[in-house]
Amino acid sequence: MLPRFIAIRRALRETADTITLELEDPNPPAPFAAGQFNMLYLFGAGEAAISISGAPERPNLLAHTIRGVGAVTMPLLRARRGDAIGVRGPYGSAWPLQEAARSGRDLLLLAGGIGLAPLRPVIYEVLRRRREFGRLIVLYGARTPQDLLYRKELAQWRMHPGVTVKLTVDRAAAGWSGRVGVITDLLRAAEFDPAETIALVCGPEVMMRFCCHELARRGVSPRQVYLSMERNMKCAAGFCGHCQFSPFFVCRDGPVFRADRILPLLGIREL
Amino acid sequence: MENLARLLKEHPFLHGLEDRHLEFLTGCAANVRYAADEFLFREGQESGASYLLRNGRVALEIAVPGRGQVQLQTVEAGEVLGWSWLFAPYKWQFDARAVEPVRAFALDGNCLRAKCEADHDLGYEVVKRFLYQVHTRLERTRMQLLDLYRAGG
Amino acid sequence: METPSPEIAPQSSLIDCGGLDALIGALSAEGYTVIGPTLGDGAIVYDEIRSAVQLPAGWTETQSPGAYQLARRGDGALFGYAVGPHSWKKLLHAPVLRLWRAQRHHDGSITAQTDPPPPLRYAFIGVRSCDLHAIGIQDRVLIGGQYRDPHYAARRGGVFIVAVNCIVAGGTCFCVSMNTGPRVRRGYDLALTELIDGERHEFLVETGSTRGAAILNRIPKRPAADSDRQSASQATERAASQMGRQLDTGGIKELLLNNLEHPRWDDVAARCLACGNCTMVCPTCFCTTVEDHTDLAAGAAERIRSWDSCYTMDFSHLHGGSVRASIKSRYRQWLTHKMATWFDQFGTSGCVGCGRWITWCPVGIDLTEEVAAIRSGRRDDNG
Repeated sequence: MLPRFIAIRRALRETADTITLELEDPNPPAPFAAGQFNMLYLFGAGEAAISISGAPERPNLLAHTIRGVGAVTMPLLRARRGDAIGVRGPYGSAWPLQEAARSGRDLLLLAGGIGLAPLRPVIYEVLRRRREFGRLIVLYGARTPQDLLYRKELAQWRMHPGVTVKLTVDRAAAGWSGRVGVITDLLRAAEFDPAETIALVCGPEVMMRFCCHELARRGVSPRQVYLSMERNMKCAAGFCGHCQFSPFFVCRDGPVFRADRILPLLGIREL
Repeated sequence: MENLARLLKEHPFLHGLEDRHLEFLTGCAANVRYAADEFLFREGQESGASYLLRNGRVALEIAVPGRGQVQLQTVEAGEVLGWSWLFAPYKWQFDARAVEPVRAFALDGNCLRAKCEADHDLGYEVVKRFLYQVHTRLERTRMQLLDLYRAGG
Repeated sequence: METPSPEIAPQSSLIDCGGLDALIGALSAEGYTVIGPTLGDGAIVYDEIRSAVQLPAGWTETQSPGAYQLARRGDGALFGYAVGPHSWKKLLHAPVLRLWRAQRHHDGSITAQTDPPPPLRYAFIGVRSCDLHAIGIQDRVLIGGQYRDPHYAARRGGVFIVAVNCIVAGGTCFCVSMNTGPRVRRGYDLALTELIDGERHEFLVETGSTRGAAILNRIPKRPAADSDRQSASQATERAASQMGRQLDTGGIKELLLNNLEHPRWDDVAARCLACGNCTMVCPTCFCTTVEDHTDLAAGAAERIRSWDSCYTMDFSHLHGGSVRASIKSRYRQWLTHKMATWFDQFGTSGCVGCGRWITWCPVGIDLTEEVAAIRSGRRDDNG
């Protein structure tokens, strides 16, 4: 439960309320897997669960894309190179990358808002081991064009063969020439074989529910759909009870769940 | 004309429509093109057609004093833009601007209305397809209304 | 000739009140901090004791939904009551605990360390069967899984347990329904059954471990006869027949999880104050929260863990608001966790039938009644 204190190597402002912090961790207790998270501690302010958004091939380089929304994450927006941050982790379940590689199925990534961050390690890994995977389709919805994360990388990713990247924003002023709409529009228009696709979904819970409806309409079995859940996390080890979601501890059994295991629970209010 | 019928048949909006209906509809259709930033229609103008988009992207916009042009939604290839000709007083409520060069089929509203009245089987097929467009557009609007990605969930 | 109860080992012994005092003395001499039931704050609580005189001789209590009152017994029994507001978790799963301290140095680097575990070894006197099960349940939660809570592990390791078989049941007890008592089965070093009848006041002692046997060897005792075992067995059976409450646990997990939208949840929510008393007195509730303190001038920070309750609004807070904003949802979370999803998480029920939740609820909500109401009007409308 004791954090490792590590100096920030690089702090990169992504958007008005989002920053990516890179930490060089000399001794991670385990290499992280795409989809896992760390508990980040800001001196005196407290801890927040933040997914790891770097490349799994570099287990010592911990990248975290953080949106400033709470008592810990707001001041983290002001963190600078050299500041020491506490890290515990990696914790939690991972995206089913091995299964995707083994089955040769296409990967359909559905990201909403900050939800692109936990999926970025998947993109890195698929591009690095390109031949092991089928097609990669990334559909990404954000609030406004100014809220889009990783803009340079989005442009680079779509240059790779077999990779499709589509964006949409909820609202835009004149000057934006991209799509204004929602992620289910992208999903409705996307071309993929429902039987040969694994969908990884990360974003606000309601956005994931809408995506699940549309995926079901397209004929993708919930057994081929994975969701990354968010709940209040304090200990990350299943002791504190805060992240309970009916039978699950989201910190330990999640955050990544196969959709068929949690879909019936998602419709129950205040569970 | 035959060529137009064949192309129309490929548009998702008309997928699966019986040939006799398609033939009937072809008489209402015309090929149209718009350059980037050209308006397909403007708020307040008489609504004379539906646009079955084949290429490009159209933004539905409205000018909000103090906020400039607000893009409400975009409509893309494969989708349909506009059904105000179905309902009195047959006026457009928004501006539709081509964000990029657009190719579309324009289905004349008066022509469609007359044919759907004359043949209710066709009318049902057409209205059902428009209803699906309205349904997906409504879902889009509802999700936008939820403002899912705002800070504080 | 009487037939001894087959459950009580024939090697059992008898000690008297002096022997019990000697046991406490022997445990102290071994370096144990001895904790036992004693009177405090108008209740029978668990606190440090140095002698058997500190045990609540002649006291019992009456318990009912929302009510607890000390009362005199007609005899001098030392364990003639059920359980009070305390449970052993206050000693094993500390209510407030510093997880670590950190220091920021002049060069900006930060170092952190945990406090050494308390140099205590506990001996618990008077652990009831329900509470022994509760300790076993917390063991599974806190040290039985993929992660181990080192703070709990440090306190739990080496605890010497002197269990007591209940000879009376409380007005809110239902351990028989939960199959957790009243007779202790395992997990103890020594187990006592109080034999009190007229002039007689002795304790039948069973040993559950070699260190239990070793301690017992150092105090005055005599072998128990079959008749003593018979008496002990009857005393516990009497308690079993006096359960103040009962709960039909048949299919309880499915019952609750298939009725998450049952109108009874609204009914109980209208009564529940969301005060969290039930979670504080519950011997299996394990939830905690953390607070961070800092002295920026001194460059020092610390992280404090304390018991938390799923009844608080903050408990399920996500940026933007609480997942469980209504009292209905928080009550439902508590009951379904305890009685249903605990099976998924840890393989057993999270309830041991100690009745504390019923007694210490300020408005007297009785979970056995609530479950029965859902059962009688089950709708099975989800799940």
